[in-house]
Amino acid sequence: MLTAILVATAALVVLGPIGVARGRAAANLVHFGSIAATSVVLGHAVWFLFDGTPTTLTLPFGLPWLAAHFRIDALSAWFLSVISLVGLTAAIYGFGYIRHVDEPGRVLPFFPLFLAAMNLVLIADDAFTFLLSWECMSLASWFLVVANHRQPDNARAALVYLVMAVIGTSCLLLAFGIMAGFEGAYSFADMRAAPVTGRLGGLAVALVVIGAGSKAGLVPLHAWLPLAHPAAPSHISALMSGVMTKVAIYGLVRVMFDLAGDLGWGWGAVLLVLGGASAVLGILYALMQNDLKVLLAYSTVENVGIIVIGLGLALVFKANGLVGLAALAQVAALLHVLNHALFKSLLFFGSGCVLSATGERDMERLGGLIHRMPRTAFLFLVGSAAISALPPFNGFASEWLTFQAILNAPVLPQWVLKFGVPVVGALLALAAALAAACFVRAFGITFLGRPRSDAAAQAAEVEPAMWGAMAVLAACCLVLGVLPTAAIVPLNAVVRDLLGSPFPALSSGVAVHDFLFLAPLEPGRSSYSGLLVLAVVALVTWVVARCAHRLASPQVRRGPPWDCGFPDPQPATQYTASSFAQPIRRVYGTLIFRARERVDMPEPGDSRPARFAVHLIDPAWEAFYAPIERGVAAATARANVLQFLTIRRYLSPVFAALIALLCIVVLAK
Amino acid sequence: MIGRIEFDIAHALSASVLLLSFALLYQRRVSGVIEAFALQAVAVAAAAAWQAFTQDAPHLYITALIALLFKAMVIPIALSRIVRKLGMHKTIETVLGVNLALLAGVGLVALSILLVFPATSVAAVLTRENLALALSIVLLGLLMMITRRNAVTQVIGFMSLENGLVLAAVGVKGMPLVVEMSIAFSVLIAFLVFGMFIFRIRERFDTLDLQYLEAFRGDHQSERS
Repeated sequence: MLTAILVATAALVVLGPIGVARGRAAANLVHFGSIAATSVVLGHAVWFLFDGTPTTLTLPFGLPWLAAHFRIDALSAWFLSVISLVGLTAAIYGFGYIRHVDEPGRVLPFFPLFLAAMNLVLIADDAFTFLLSWECMSLASWFLVVANHRQPDNARAALVYLVMAVIGTSCLLLAFGIMAGFEGAYSFADMRAAPVTGRLGGLAVALVVIGAGSKAGLVPLHAWLPLAHPAAPSHISALMSGVMTKVAIYGLVRVMFDLAGDLGWGWGAVLLVLGGASAVLGILYALMQNDLKVLLAYSTVENVGIIVIGLGLALVFKANGLVGLAALAQVAALLHVLNHALFKSLLFFGSGCVLSATGERDMERLGGLIHRMPRTAFLFLVGSAAISALPPFNGFASEWLTFQAILNAPVLPQWVLKFGVPVVGALLALAAALAAACFVRAFGITFLGRPRSDAAAQAAEVEPAMWGAMAVLAACCLVLGVLPTAAIVPLNAVVRDLLGSPFPALSSGVAVHDFLFLAPLEPGRSSYSGLLVLAVVALVTWVVARCAHRLASPQVRRGPPWDCGFPDPQPATQYTASSFAQPIRRVYGTLIFRARERVDMPEPGDSRPARFAVHLIDPAWEAFYAPIERGVAAATARANVLQFLTIRRYLSPVFAALIALLCIVVLAK
Repeated sequence: MIGRIEFDIAHALSASVLLLSFALLYQRRVSGVIEAFALQAVAVAAAAAWQAFTQDAPHLYITALIALLFKAMVIPIALSRIVRKLGMHKTIETVLGVNLALLAGVGLVALSILLVFPATSVAAVLTRENLALALSIVLLGLLMMITRRNAVTQVIGFMSLENGLVLAAVGVKGMPLVVEMSIAFSVLIAFLVFGMFIFRIRERFDTLDLQYLEAFRGDHQSERS
């Protein structure tokens, strides 16, 4: 299986250069090839989850004394399936979307390379291969972010992304350097056998949390994410938001649950705090955005927060020996990894459809698209319902499992956690409610009402490849919501590997009953049946529709149309995205966003229009990013002098460095 | 087994190369630098020939011949022709004073001995001494390149650096000829490039002192203003 996955990944690498060629044939080849390769990876990864034993493979390249190690186990197989499923739909979607991209030659070569690099991160079994693939992943996605480089915003986003990627990778580099120890045991098997403990081990874990956390978009390291993710073409945004953040989560899980040995509950608490903050702040920022893709990117921050809360709970329970509950929390987190990948990609695809049909990302210039793009609108609605955690969709299943784990917090012996975890639970509940508001707003303003611009009024439905890819994802959302056990059975293998304990309700085998009722701890106690909910929803809808049609008067009445409260024919007088967000902005605004509202009201008799402007500042930007940005700019300005030296002056620092290194060697003896 | 007298002669020859490196450092005239370099090349050739004799490795005679032909004759003669043609017998502009440069050179020799001796304690005695001397010569060549402003002396510094490499290469048993050949040719190419470079500077600016060159860099100018 590992060989097949490696061959498919190598095929993706080969496909990259083909994308440089112009013409439709090359584009089709890249997409067909990507579909084939991701299908192979998906098939083998799923096969592994149901019936596979960890296998390793060593290839003779990489550092001279360290060959490239690869290994597949249940954890990497799970993430591989998530990535290749989304990669597969992205390739299908790409067929249609690439026609709307200005310069396809800037997108096509890096699309398969990006997928290949993510696959390699997941199967790497030594620090060198892991970091190399990680960096390739960052670089490939960076090229995709600058694909549309003519917009000045994108250039800035790309710069910030590059700087953050470099900082993140250097943190991981240092972390792996510490974990490898002084003997330089860079293979993961050696690290697993002899984890570094004590203060040095803690430093390594902290560096991994920073490095992987910044990639995943944890608050307060998230500020690059809403800039970079929306800048890429939409199917790439889907991959970055839906999948690349998951690769970062994989790095977090791999180190904290596997390589670093047994961590104390303190690290779980750290993750809980970071996750809770990310969940609430992410969705609050999302609610304030008028740009559809930026909104989706901020919502990724929220969902990563939910996943990290689950991981933190798993660590806390594991540190206290409650492996059953740890398994529950980890299943919740990993299930949300899959679920978020599905619905976030679906929504990004939807935003790509809107963008290609209207050329607009700003919700204030959209509206009424449900009449012109009915399929896109319906599929976007499914995604919105799923991300808002409405049953019977998949978002509900994983968030509900997370809550089940949180509700078991009182069994923890530490008082800090007894009180702290319910607080995190409250934050999560707040985030879930705000997410619903956010996506009511996103769907309502974009697809309902009347078009707010000519572009929106003249939109047309997109190609079948585009809505077809979305339909696949929407179907997955529904199936996983109705039958979540279908995903939990393979996840069982993952948690058994990592925690040594199966999912509590499945500890004594899988029965048909488990597929109908999802019971977190034991059958018969607080269980959920997606199928039953679906049946009830369908039944109630049918009954209401029947009653409405039957009992309503058949007489046709004619009268003045109800004007929904706005008799003004101007579409600009509709409820806008900003007005929807205003109450929440008022509640949290001054504290969290430092919102400044400015109303410019003309004097009576003055005919100029009144203006209203809102200015929001992300505090994370000012606290963390602005200093880094200024520092990098100052350092490059200084280093720029080095570009204009004579040979002699170029040589002098080289000579000085050589002598200094030689002196160190002498002194070290 | 290498006898005492073979060791002493090899040591003396390598040490004379090092001594001539110091001689290169204190020359104040371009012609003097070229002569000192020719002498150094002769010493390198002698050292290589001696190694060929003691190691019973005939291919090292070729190395010695290359050193003698190119570095002791062709290159110095060509360089002196250039110097005479350009009429530049004036003194060399130094960045670091001669005394300071010599002191720094002594420090570099001490550094290389400290570096090489502990690291190669198991290796043959002859190799150790030779490596320490060769490393000092390399470092001195670098030092010469960065402490002199004149283009010709930079070329010579680079080639004396390369002499150190050749000395290290011939001191180690079983070094294939290919390496030396490639090094010799790289030096020749470097000489050609530097030669052309010197002519171009001369044509443009009427001087070989690189100091004058710096003011004419367009980018730098705009940077300053």
